[in-house]
Amino acid sequence: MRPTVERQVVLPWAQVLRISFNALRARLFRSLITTATLVLAVAFVAYTFAVYALLNALWPHAPSELQEKIVSSGYELFAGTFGSTPKDRWLIALSLLVCAVGIVNAQLMAVTERFREIGTLKCLGALDSFVIKLFVLEAVYQGLLGGAAGSALGVLVASVTLLVKFGTAVVRHFPALELAWIAAWSTGLAMLLSLTGVLYPAWVAARMEPALALRTEQ
Amino acid sequence: MNGNGAHNVVRLVDVVKVFRMGQQEVQALRGVNLAIRSGEYISIMGPSGSGKSTLFNMIGALDKPTSGRVFIDEVDVSQLDAYELAWLRCRKIGYIFQTFNLIQVMTAIENVTLPMIFAGMSRDEYMEKGMELLKLVGLAERYQHKPPELSGGQQQRVAVARALANDPAIILADEPTGNLDLTTGEEIITLLKHLSKERGVTIISATHDIKMLNVSDRVVWIRDGRVDRIEDREKLKISVGEVA
Repeated sequence: MRPTVERQVVLPWAQVLRISFNALRARLFRSLITTATLVLAVAFVAYTFAVYALLNALWPHAPSELQEKIVSSGYELFAGTFGSTPKDRWLIALSLLVCAVGIVNAQLMAVTERFREIGTLKCLGALDSFVIKLFVLEAVYQGLLGGAAGSALGVLVASVTLLVKFGTAVVRHFPALELAWIAAWSTGLAMLLSLTGVLYPAWVAARMEPALALRTEQ
Repeated sequence: MNGNGAHNVVRLVDVVKVFRMGQQEVQALRGVNLAIRSGEYISIMGPSGSGKSTLFNMIGALDKPTSGRVFIDEVDVSQLDAYELAWLRCRKIGYIFQTFNLIQVMTAIENVTLPMIFAGMSRDEYMEKGMELLKLVGLAERYQHKPPELSGGQQQRVAVARALANDPAIILADEPTGNLDLTTGEEIITLLKHLSKERGVTIISATHDIKMLNVSDRVVWIRDGRVDRIEDREKLKISVGEVA
C-alpha cells in the first residue's frame, strides 16, 4: 500500500467572503479605528472637490453680488471655473500619505495581534492564499465602509458649509451627478489606500511557518 | 481505519533542528530517531527546554528540520509542496495545544467545523459532523458559545472535537493539560485515551504531566535534544512506583 498525499483544495470565494465578513464583524470596534483613519482622509478629499463642484454649478447662475461674495470668500477662479489649486493638491497628497502610513501601522498591529490565530488556521489546513484573501477582503470591507462614510461626510459638509455661506442658491443649482461621481471615486481611493496598507502585513502573515506563529506569546 | 495497524505512522530519522538567535546557534534537536506505530498512545516527556516542543513541531509538520527526515504515514514531509503540506495538516493530523488556540471570534461549532470547511466539505455535512463531535465531547448544548464564554476545560474539549474533525490518523497534543486544573486535566486525558481506544487514533502528546504516564503505551524521554530513553508501560509502572 503506497500512502499518498493529496493537494489541499482552494476554498471557494463564497466561504472566504463569509469567514472574512464574520471575522471583521466580530472585531468591529478594532476595525472601526482603522476605518476612522480612512473616513477622515477621504472626507477631506471629497470635501475639497465637492466645494469646487458646487461652486462651478452655482457660478453661472449667481447674481453679480453673490459672485463677488464668493470671490471675496477666498475661492479663486481660473479661466472661468473653480478647481483645485497646487496648495489644495499638496494638502490632499499629504493627508493621503499620512493616512496610508496610519493604515499600514494599524494593519501591522492587527496582523501581529492575530499571529496565533493565523498559526492555528494554518495548522487546520489553511493555505497561504487563504490568509492573504482573508486580510485583503477585510481591507476591502474597511475601504468600502470608510470610503462611503468619508465621501458622504465630505460632500455633506461641503454642501452645508456653502449653503450657510451663500444661501439657498447652492441647493437650487445642486450638481447631484457630479457629487455622486466625486463620492464614487473617493470611495475607490479609500479602497486603494486600504489595500495598499494591508498588502505587506498580509504577505508577512501568510508566509509565516505555523510553528513560529504559535510560539508568539499572548 | 488504520489499515494493518502495525505500520509506522510517524518516523523520524536523524532529525536535527538548529535555531539561530542573533550570533548564537541553539541546537534544539541533536539527531532524533523515533518510530511511532499506528494506534499507539505516546507521551513525550522532558523538562522545559529539552526540545520537546520542537520535536512536537517536527512531528506535526509545523516546522522544517535543519537536517534529517520526517515521515508521516511513510511520506517524507520535506518533499511536499505547500498544498500537500496543508492537506496533510488538515486531514492527517489533529492538533491540540496547551493554550487551546481556538479562534476567539468564532463559536464552538464554527471552530470545530473550520477544518472541514478547509477540507472542502459541504455545509450540511460539516454541520452534522460538527454537532456529532461536540456531542462526543459533551458540549452539544454550548455550540453557540464563543471561547471566552467557556471554561478552560470546555475550551480544550472543543479543541479535541476540532482535532477530530477530519478523522486524522494522528492527534498531536502539546501539553494538553498544561493550562487546566487537576480534575479537568484528568477529564481531557480520559477523553484522549477513550478516543485512542475507540477510534484507533494515534495519540502523541508532549507533556510533563505525570498523570499522562498511566494511560500511555510508551513514554519517550527527551533530554538535551536527544531521545534519552523509551519506556513501555509495564516497565514504567515500576519506575513510577519507585519514585512514589
